[in-house]
Amino acid sequence: MKLVTIAGPPSSGKTSIIIKTIEELKHRGFSIGAVKFDCISAQDEEIYSTHGIPVRTGLSGGLCPDHFFVSNIEEALSWAKERNFDFLITESAGLCNRCSPHVKDVLAICVIDNLSGVNTPKKIGPMLKSADIVAITKGDIVSQAEREVFAYRVRQVNPRSTIVHINGVTGQGSFYLAKLVERTPAIETLQGAILRFTMPGALCSYCLGERKIGDDRQIGISKLMNFRGDD
Amino acid sequence: MIRLKMEMLELSINELIERIPWVEEYFSSFAIDAAKFGDKKLEELETSPGNEHFIEKGSNYSAFLDGFFLFIEQVRDLQQGDGFTVQSLKVVPGHDKNGKKEAYSVELKKGEVTAIVGPTGSGKSRLLGDIESLAQGDTPTGRKILLDGQVPTDEERFSTEGRFIAQLSQNMNFVMDLSVEDFLTMHAESRMADELSHTVQKIYDTANILAGETFSKKTPVTELSGGQSRALMIADTALLSPASVVLIDEIENAGVDKIRSLELLVSNNKIVLISTHDPLLALSADQRLVIKNGGIHKRLKTTNDEKEHLKYLEKMDRKITLLRDQLRMGEEIELTELLT
Repeated sequence: MKLVTIAGPPSSGKTSIIIKTIEELKHRGFSIGAVKFDCISAQDEEIYSTHGIPVRTGLSGGLCPDHFFVSNIEEALSWAKERNFDFLITESAGLCNRCSPHVKDVLAICVIDNLSGVNTPKKIGPMLKSADIVAITKGDIVSQAEREVFAYRVRQVNPRSTIVHINGVTGQGSFYLAKLVERTPAIETLQGAILRFTMPGALCSYCLGERKIGDDRQIGISKLMNFRGDD
Repeated sequence: MIRLKMEMLELSINELIERIPWVEEYFSSFAIDAAKFGDKKLEELETSPGNEHFIEKGSNYSAFLDGFFLFIEQVRDLQQGDGFTVQSLKVVPGHDKNGKKEAYSVELKKGEVTAIVGPTGSGKSRLLGDIESLAQGDTPTGRKILLDGQVPTDEERFSTEGRFIAQLSQNMNFVMDLSVEDFLTMHAESRMADELSHTVQKIYDTANILAGETFSKKTPVTELSGGQSRALMIADTALLSPASVVLIDEIENAGVDKIRSLELLVSNNKIVLISTHDPLLALSADQRLVIKNGGIHKRLKTTNDEKEHLKYLEKMDRKITLLRDQLRMGEEIELTELLT
């Protein structure tokens, strides 16, 4: 079983490129399952289904979606094994720019789009910085110069990654991505595997459902901004 | 490189930025500003601000350091022209949608223009896609692409990262909120171009020659007209993009000098492919490929007769430009100006 984690900011084109890549892999005779992790709602199940891709969706609701991811990824892997898939692809939205579902020795892909602006690569944390492959989307609607500058900015924050330009509409570039995905080594289990990055902390009163604002309500780990510094 | 690394570890952030100005951007993506940490040696960052600082930025000290050296290597490669330029591309026949073998192999050379013609859905984009991915019989068309007569290695195929091919299409727009000058400067910086202001000036001047209406350096790129945008994109691609191959998908936009645009790309040693329905563009190409049912159906050299037609088309094109300018200036058009 080959596992691939794909993450990226909302609306960056994750689902589209996953579907295009899966289609490429199917052409080569592989069977692939997908798991979509999301927060509030996910309408993508239908999109996967219309493409004949077996999919499971998990909604984290009130929990941090990445914590939710870790709690469920092993079960996801078991599901994929039972179905005898060659590949399991997980999709999760990087909502706070700090999340990262990436696991050591498991192929990690970050999807970001050219429209998000040249300063975005700097703003995204481990999801981008620790990815093996950075798939850059929506290049078909910006200029060549902007594509080049954007890719350079990605390089700046993650020189280790392989950059793939991919068009979620036409699938241009998905061929490359599929090739890279195909090369990834198989894994048997995630028992004992290590996350590439510590998950965001979630140990304060508000994590536990507190809604009132006030000093006396703040219990647990919290962090305060400094408003008293010099201007 | 190892000795060099050891030396760099001993240098302060200020010294590093002085020697290699573009590393400042790398530092800033980990919130290491010269103002705050300028006097610290690179190796001292591990203790102050310490690993926690790098973790906060979504990384850690050792990844920051490895990345730093890797980034320098990659930029040096970029400065040395990417090490990935080709003289010619050869498209080895695959098959059409019915599995029938294509009759032609096609050679695309530096400084030549090849037009791709055929109805919508005939497979023009597939051909462009095959070239972009340097297909090796592993795409639906079964075509193979040779570089300078050789089968590219897997490494070559995967290391191009899109830098090998530049693309230009009607749907592309500028989205950055920058003036023409700042925009070009930013691009030139990312390309590690020498003599920044000279490069920027040259692209700006060239774009103004290609554009029907001139624009200033202070114009935000998002406010340029369709023709001005196209002109700037073409000038920028020709003069600054590292790509050896330029794929153009329709530039029938009014207000840009099409013939001169192609000449500019060709004179900068690009391999140019243009998918078009415009007779002026199709006939100014050196050869054209007719795509039908997913395959290359015909390969035609532009004949002398066609070149005669081209002269006429160019005359018409100039006339249209002239009339457009006259109308724009509020003039009336007289019968004596009728093109015969």
